[in-house]
Amino acid sequence: MEAIIDVVLLSFLVAVVIAIVWMKDLFTVAMLAGIYGLLTASFFVAMDAVDVAFTEASVGAGISTLLMLVVIAKTGRYERPVRHKPWLALVVVLVTGGLLIYGTFDMPYFGSAQAPAQLNETTAHYIDDSFEEIGIPNIVTSVLASYRAFDTFGEVVVIFTAGIGILALLSGPARREEDADIDAINETMHKEHMVLRIVAKILIPFILIFALYVQFHGDYGPGGGFQAGVIFAAAIILYSMLFGLDTARQVINQAWVRLIAAIGVLLYGSVGMVSFLNGGTFLDYNVLMEDPIAGQHLGIILIELGVGLTVTAVMTIIFFNFAGRQVPVKKTDNNQGA
Amino acid sequence: MTLHLPILQVIVPLIAAPLCMFLKQYPKAVWLFSLLASALTLLISALLLQQVLTSGTIIYELGGWQPPWGIEYRIDQLNAYLLLIISAISTIVLVAAQTSIEKELESYRQSYFYMLYLLSLAGMLGIVATADAFNVFVFLEISSLSAYALIALGKDRRALWASYQYLIMGTVGATFILIGIGLMYQMTGTLNMNDLAQRLPEVAETRTVFVAFAFTVVGICLKLALFPLHLWLPNAYAYAPSIVTAFFAATATKVAIYLLIRFTFSIFGLSFSFTTLPLQTLFLLLGLLGVFIASMTAIYQNNVKHIFAYSSVAQVGYMIVGLSVGSALGLTATLIHLFNHALMKSALFLALAAVMYRIGSVQLNQFHGLGRQMPLTMAAIVVGGLSLVGVPLTVGFVSKWYLVLAVIENGWWHVALLILLGSLLAIIYLWKIVEAAYFKPPVHEAGTIKEAPYSILIPVWVLIFANLYFGIDTRLSVEVAQSAAQSLFGVAP
Repeated sequence: MEAIIDVVLLSFLVAVVIAIVWMKDLFTVAMLAGIYGLLTASFFVAMDAVDVAFTEASVGAGISTLLMLVVIAKTGRYERPVRHKPWLALVVVLVTGGLLIYGTFDMPYFGSAQAPAQLNETTAHYIDDSFEEIGIPNIVTSVLASYRAFDTFGEVVVIFTAGIGILALLSGPARREEDADIDAINETMHKEHMVLRIVAKILIPFILIFALYVQFHGDYGPGGGFQAGVIFAAAIILYSMLFGLDTARQVINQAWVRLIAAIGVLLYGSVGMVSFLNGGTFLDYNVLMEDPIAGQHLGIILIELGVGLTVTAVMTIIFFNFAGRQVPVKKTDNNQGA
Repeated sequence: MTLHLPILQVIVPLIAAPLCMFLKQYPKAVWLFSLLASALTLLISALLLQQVLTSGTIIYELGGWQPPWGIEYRIDQLNAYLLLIISAISTIVLVAAQTSIEKELESYRQSYFYMLYLLSLAGMLGIVATADAFNVFVFLEISSLSAYALIALGKDRRALWASYQYLIMGTVGATFILIGIGLMYQMTGTLNMNDLAQRLPEVAETRTVFVAFAFTVVGICLKLALFPLHLWLPNAYAYAPSIVTAFFAATATKVAIYLLIRFTFSIFGLSFSFTTLPLQTLFLLLGLLGVFIASMTAIYQNNVKHIFAYSSVAQVGYMIVGLSVGSALGLTATLIHLFNHALMKSALFLALAAVMYRIGSVQLNQFHGLGRQMPLTMAAIVVGGLSLVGVPLTVGFVSKWYLVLAVIENGWWHVALLILLGSLLAIIYLWKIVEAAYFKPPVHEAGTIKEAPYSILIPVWVLIFANLYFGIDTRLSVEVAQSAAQSLFGVAP
């Protein structure tokens, strides 16, 4: 049965990818990319990797589709006709693919108990001793938030870097919105999107609560700061899309969002610093409290909070700066012309 | 605190970057703060190198977990040497940054610029310090992502396109490296470099490990702009803000060379690396082709940043030739050139930042007459250029000397000859600049162009002085490079 599910999911994946390559309508492509994310997530579930599936569902199927749609709205819906035929690229792709297939010939079978990754002491250690050492049932969280916490710190910094990169490139000098404009836009949007607006108003509180659940439940089930941050940001983005950017800007102060992005990274980093003030090495949670297990709990909750804050803030920054692009462009068209 | 030096090396700039957000309204304060953070990393790297030289490899277990369960930092002579190069260049370049950036970037972008700069610095230091293969990838992402944004900040609109090309090529490179690491994990069950080095020989015969090796090497070669995978580099360097070019030209490709050495020599081992793929022939051929084709292309450029960018591709060629020799001496030559090339290119591109500051362009025809109008800046370019050519008493000579020694030791007389011929090509493109600056009638009216401000000129001359000093007193560069190379070959220094 499992094999059939795998085959079906993988063939859907291939079909979707071919369709993406074929399509000229970028709106369709964005939608298909969302479906690709969802299929990948389902495939991960079939492989029992629920944590990864959760991330893929919220990032691949969720927020990245949204961001692509924003970009399409700003640039244009159709791909420009390509005149040259990129044969060299096709050759490179074929060679790469061929090499990857060649590499599978000596791979251990999928799920084999004899695979080196299964036999290695590291894996055994994670499975046998992590509960004793860290005290939480979700091994994935133990690995990423404690054993390999420094990698996760790096990942948070990657997200922070993306946010700063977007700010550096897309944000303009601070400008003031006029309330009259906001009211006018609100009026027209209210007529056009009445149903969506009412549904969103009902949904948004639940989305936010679910994000908080995911945030604080990562120790026991799939979840954690990354997923929670993305879900939280999705609620904010949903609100901004239906009620207008300027209305959303009044609710969500952009200067604060930028600070929160920094604070998340700093929170994570300071947990590490406190570790070495207490005599451990960087990110050693055992020394955070008298009882090592309590220390691990505290450390993990704090760093997950840091992750959640930075991810929410950066996703919001990315959305607002992409979606907010149109206004300065219009202004230059009217006034300066350059 | 000395116990924590290895991690402080990386997290000082890493934590300093988000802290800058609180000073965002005051770009000048952000600059001072960044400079302070960078200077602190320089101090830490100097202490680390000294500690490694006196008491051997330093191990730091992150999170208090014993490797391979946790991630470890392992500072040996090779990476202590790299850490020193990166943090030193970063600090000197950052001294000049404020003046140049104030002119080249809008005020609301400046604070973000310094944050990205610090993140990029932290990313590179992290790649070098770690002893965990996946951790390499994470920090590679930090340094690449910030690099794309920094390059795109260039004033010229072509910077956006250049950055986009770099983004695509860089992402392909990073993905290849990730695939390589993933396959290695699949065959060994570990990500720790030391552990990998011990377990890989058991499965060395498998096709999966072969593919892992091929992907890793190609991915790294994309990052280090080895000919013919260098196409992203010239435009990225030419259109980025001048400070960014000075920083990256001196450090980014060096980090990639380091990774190549780490993966081929320490993790896969020399005998595996040189027998599985025909790496020796491939590196020799591509290295030499890179030297000649890139130098020839440099001769025909009209943008001086393009000239030196192509020259960088050629210099990478020399380093790869050094690796292809496959001996301790060859590796020493590569490591020495790594240090020396960082000194040359940071000096040259920083001098170009000074030209950009005064003239607003680095086109060759704008250089006419600058020899008299900006005498100190032009003198710096000439001395730096001579170092690039490899004239005695400069660091360039030391590099070429060891490289030629290494290839002759292997009996490759023709290669030695080609290396010297490559230097002649460097003379030609250098001469084009000298001719424009000193022997052409000035294009700018007398009195309109002043010498560059001291805030840029002093860092430039510090670097030029270093080019001369380390050309004569080679204790630091040569001795550390020698013992690092010997330890990689398992010979007691």
